[in-house]
Amino acid sequence: MTGPLLISLYIFVLAIFVGFEVITKVPPLLHTPLMSGANAISGITVVGALISAGAGHSCVSTLLGLFAVILATINVVGGFLVTDRMLEMFKKR
Amino acid sequence: METITNLAYLVSAVLFILGLKGLSSPRTARRGNLLSAMGMLIAVVVTLFDRQIIDFTYIIAGIAIGSSIGAISAWQVPMTAMPQMVAVLNGSGGGASALVAVAEFLRMTSQPGVDVSVTLVLSLLIGTVTLTGSLIAAGKLQGVLRGAPVAFPFQQTLNLILLSLAIALGVLFVISTPSLSKVVIIAIIGAMLGVLTVIPIGGADMPVVISLLNSYSGLAAAMTGFVLSNNVLIVSGALVGASGLILTNLMCKAMNRNLGNVLFGRVGVEEGGPAGITEQRRVTSHTAEDAATLLGMAHSVIIVPGYGLAVAQAQYVLQELAVQLAKRGINVRYAIHPVAGRMPGHMNVLLAEANVPYDLLYEMDAINDDFQRTDVALVVGANDVINPAARNKKGCPLYGMPILNVDKARTVIVCKRSLRPGFSGEDNEVFYLEKTLMVFGDARDTLTKIVGLVKGS
Repeated sequence: MTGPLLISLYIFVLAIFVGFEVITKVPPLLHTPLMSGANAISGITVVGALISAGAGHSCVSTLLGLFAVILATINVVGGFLVTDRMLEMFKKR
Repeated sequence: METITNLAYLVSAVLFILGLKGLSSPRTARRGNLLSAMGMLIAVVVTLFDRQIIDFTYIIAGIAIGSSIGAISAWQVPMTAMPQMVAVLNGSGGGASALVAVAEFLRMTSQPGVDVSVTLVLSLLIGTVTLTGSLIAAGKLQGVLRGAPVAFPFQQTLNLILLSLAIALGVLFVISTPSLSKVVIIAIIGAMLGVLTVIPIGGADMPVVISLLNSYSGLAAAMTGFVLSNNVLIVSGALVGASGLILTNLMCKAMNRNLGNVLFGRVGVEEGGPAGITEQRRVTSHTAEDAATLLGMAHSVIIVPGYGLAVAQAQYVLQELAVQLAKRGINVRYAIHPVAGRMPGHMNVLLAEANVPYDLLYEMDAINDDFQRTDVALVVGANDVINPAARNKKGCPLYGMPILNVDKARTVIVCKRSLRPGFSGEDNEVFYLEKTLMVFGDARDTLTKIVGLVKGS
């Protein structure tokens, strides 16, 4: 295995552990906003989509990039907004 | 510049972790979500400065279209439809990851290394399964597709053949020359697998499926991260993958199922079990007046809401009743079963929308021992989650499932349309107990009557 891949693999595995630690502390009360919020975070793939859409490599890859940007932004914008809308409703007595 | 970009990505990853950490309490949750969103904004802005980008036309168009669709649906979606919304969002994330993987493959000038090819195939496969699987799940939840499991002969065999075919093609892609045709075929197989694995799953099992697809959407992003050697994608994808897995596991436990059983077992029929019960048993049917009198005399009440409450749109009137009872000095609390709703935590959101303060919402383990000291358990639209058969009836589908101890309360009021069993098809002993008052009818009508009577008395 090459160096960069090994480092990425380390990061991946350690991040899973961080994820388990952080997420197990989320109360069931907030599991729906957790799902939509985490989902918005997985829209980070938008970063790759932006480059595909803007690199001007070929018509096909630009078009694929465009669709990827659309889908990823739906994911990001929709996810964060709907999570905020839900969390706003949780009020104490 | 590359160093700055990567440092900015590190900041984003830290903000995502802090954002998720914020969700550990309702007080900090909104700020947490904002932190995550800021992390995303930083990542997007710094990417726009990337040297590889030479044309912004498609980027601006894509962001404009995506943001409008995302924002409008986020503002418009009713809280009851949140499971479908999350399913669609999962699907778009997965689809985006798969598309990025293909676009990246087209841009490659030299033959990719083994690490890149392997993750490319995985990103493609997981991404397309997530996309089509989520769309089918959303269709079922929205009622566009039939909720009932769709089954045909050799279904599992076909899935297995397709999966083996995808793996074989993937291996071929890695060890021999990668070609676009292989990429396209793998994507098509992934799309078919997404459809075929979700159509046989019934409505009641949707909380598990959505959680699992949530996890997939994260894994797809992480795999794309490997393809692009982009660490922020890997970290975020891993976080989301872990989150989805935890929720999947929790839902399986709460429904007393294992994952294999949900994915391949074909239980969880939307229509509920057979209506005709073999032995005719006596229940005592009561009126709203009886229920109101009983509630008025109580000192403590625990409300047990089920999805039937949301179907009848009775959350608001239920909370009005809770307020009226609290005014009379009665201790009113809500007991929430983990699968009371169509996705993890769904019932809490529905009640929060109806202005129920979250400190009145108790999770099962926190309140279950209090039922025996409670005067009235008021059950609205819940069934399987209070069925004592789960405790003692070996061999029934519910056996072993954790339930709310409603039958331990001094009296029980059940608002329900009919005696029809829940998803499990199992008859519910609670309905026949001497201390149980069954009030038949639409939950909203019944509760409205009860509120009127309590107010008047």
